[in-house]
Amino acid sequence: MIHAGLTHFLVISVALFSLGIYGVITRKNAVMVLMGIELILNSANINFIAFARFGNFGLQGQIIALFIIVLAAAEAAIALAIVLNIYKNLSNINVDEMDSLKD
Amino acid sequence: MTENLMINIAVIILFLPFLGFVVTLLLGSKIKKIYYFENFVLFLGLAGSIIIAFGKLTSFDATTITSEFTWINLGNTPIMGEIKINLGILIDNISTLMMVVVMLISFLVHIFSIEYMRGDPRYNRYFAYLGLFTFSMSGIVLTHNILMMYIFWELVGVSSYLLIGFWFEKKSAADAGKKAFIVNRIGDIGMFIGILILFTTYHTFTFDDIFQQISQGHLPFDSGFWLTITGLLIFAGAIGKSAQVPLHVWLPDAMEGPTPVSALIHAATMVAAGVYLVVRIFGILTADAMLIIAVIGALSAFIPATIALTQNDIKKVLAYSTVSQLGYMIMALGVGAFKFAFFHLITHAFFKACLFLGSGSVIHAMHHEQDIRNMGGLRKKMPITYYTFLIASVAISGVPLTSGFLSKDGILAGSYAFANLTGHYLFPIVGFFVAMLTAFYMFRLIILTFHGEPRDKEKYEHAHESKFTMAMPLVVLSVLSIFFWYTPNPVNPEDGWVLSDWIKAPQLYTPENTRYEFMVPDEHTNVQPGSEEIMYSETYVEAMHAIHIPAMILSLLIAGLGILLAYLFYQWKRIDVGKLVEKFKGLYNFSFNKWYFDEAYDATAVNGTLGLSRLLGRFDLKIIDGIVNGTAYITKGFSTFIGKFDNVVVDGLVNFMAYLSGFIGLVFRRFQTGKVQTYLVFVLVSVVILLFIFKSF
Repeated sequence: MIHAGLTHFLVISVALFSLGIYGVITRKNAVMVLMGIELILNSANINFIAFARFGNFGLQGQIIALFIIVLAAAEAAIALAIVLNIYKNLSNINVDEMDSLKD
Repeated sequence: MTENLMINIAVIILFLPFLGFVVTLLLGSKIKKIYYFENFVLFLGLAGSIIIAFGKLTSFDATTITSEFTWINLGNTPIMGEIKINLGILIDNISTLMMVVVMLISFLVHIFSIEYMRGDPRYNRYFAYLGLFTFSMSGIVLTHNILMMYIFWELVGVSSYLLIGFWFEKKSAADAGKKAFIVNRIGDIGMFIGILILFTTYHTFTFDDIFQQISQGHLPFDSGFWLTITGLLIFAGAIGKSAQVPLHVWLPDAMEGPTPVSALIHAATMVAAGVYLVVRIFGILTADAMLIIAVIGALSAFIPATIALTQNDIKKVLAYSTVSQLGYMIMALGVGAFKFAFFHLITHAFFKACLFLGSGSVIHAMHHEQDIRNMGGLRKKMPITYYTFLIASVAISGVPLTSGFLSKDGILAGSYAFANLTGHYLFPIVGFFVAMLTAFYMFRLIILTFHGEPRDKEKYEHAHESKFTMAMPLVVLSVLSIFFWYTPNPVNPEDGWVLSDWIKAPQLYTPENTRYEFMVPDEHTNVQPGSEEIMYSETYVEAMHAIHIPAMILSLLIAGLGILLAYLFYQWKRIDVGKLVEKFKGLYNFSFNKWYFDEAYDATAVNGTLGLSRLLGRFDLKIIDGIVNGTAYITKGFSTFIGKFDNVVVDGLVNFMAYLSGFIGLVFRRFQTGKVQTYLVFVLVSVVILLFIFKSF
């Protein structure tokens, strides 16, 4: 049995991050974009915890990971609220139609 | 009468005419009768001057009364030291007598003008100008320093300009005014330089201070020669004002002014100012200066007398006769006949004013006809004018029982005595010859104007005797031309109060080696200041005494000869004038054309000045304007270049920057899509690029 080392965790983290970015960039649906963001946050979490486990940093990484979970929850709540409001105004939640900042 | 009182009266009568001038000028257009004020003021002036003269001549025998105040205090100047410029009043016998003459004639001319000028559109202004003139003339007479005299001298010039050019609508009158002013200015330049020489030498303008320093041997540039030059330079002012040859040309032209003005200015007062000036500075004239003055006086007596023979304008004849008589006075001063020169100034003022006013009366009656060829026979129509004119003519011709005889005979005797003492016999010869010419042309004038048959019937019919206001001055002046006002003895003026008491022998200040020999005091001569009983020296007194009777007889004969010739020519017609003129055509034309003085001046001075002005004008137009225009052209070219540079280079840079910004904006706008996902892609790509850049760290 091979013990999982730092590299394995980092590979998973990169894979998650890439999937998250992919989701954020390519999805039209705003909810799907939010889900991509969740993936990116979690990849960061894995990074923190991995470094906390294998590095010489004490508990700092884990504590930051806890913060990020809380932050992700709050962010999801606000973002979904925004998405609901957008839906009310535009009758859809397509991210590529939200370009009023351009002007 | 105290000295203070006299000074006060003198100041008052000096400024009275000025008051009259200001009031009449300012109120002239509002109050029609304001000229009465001017006349009244002049009357007060006359009264005041008579009071002063009376006081001075009776109570203050020989002293001069002066009063001065500091006008400008220059303080301690670097080169010349302490300098104060004082103005003041000088009252002596000569100035009081002169004051009476000026005021009396001015007053009579005012009275005369009331009728003569009636109906003139600028009636009141005329009287204002007369007031200004009287003020200026009084200033000349009463001043105790040469600077103030110069100031009033110029004021006289201005007022005479105003009065000569009074009818300025006539071009000839305007031109005559200009001519008088400019010709006077030429002489005044000399006078001004003379004054400056005196001031730089003596650091004062006051006559008395200058004279005292000269008598102490302090001369300009320490040489008698420069004293001569200074005297002559100041005399140049007199040449201009007294219309002496060669600056006499303005006086005949000045007859364009109203005739009473001619009487006031060009007979009695202004032209006498020059003589008065020489009288004032007589004490500092050297023998050389006196000789030149005498020569100029003799020329001025002779040349105009010959011109007067042929003139046909009644005023022109009188004008030339005035120049001639002034020449007499100047010549008399030049030959040392000081008393007679001033005496002649007084007598001449009266009879010449009478003649001019008489001619004014004639011209008025003949409706501004001045040509004596169109007159004749006026004796019956205008008896008062005729008899007063006759008395004045007799006086100017030097017939006994008149004032003219006394003074003229004295001048002739003086020049004769001078000739005997120094050998210059040309002066008495000219003097006697001119006396004959004077008698001749005056009686020619009288015969042609008043005697014979009227030559212009129509005008003769309308002629009438003048009114009382015009006749009265004539009578007064003609009465003043009779001997008893001046001396009880009609053949010897020395017996009279004028010459023995009133006019004192002059004080001489020049160094004795620069005087004529006869002017150096003998051992017995009383040289107490101001109280000389003896004129110059006993030699001179004896010479005068010896010559007195012969000169008188000679002058009588000569005057008689002149009158006789005039009667032969014009009254009895024994000699055909026309034939005589034909015979001496050249001489006649020379005289008739006034010796071509005007033509000569036109050809030389006037055209020379005009030519020079034209040359300078061309220089201005071509060179100065050329430089200015060239500068402008260069500036303009430079500005064009700078403008181009601004437009192309500077604006180009600015526009280029703007264009660049616009271009950059255009490019980068493309990136600003407003879509979150696009931005995110950019971020990602950038991070990847940055990673590649910083990968070594």
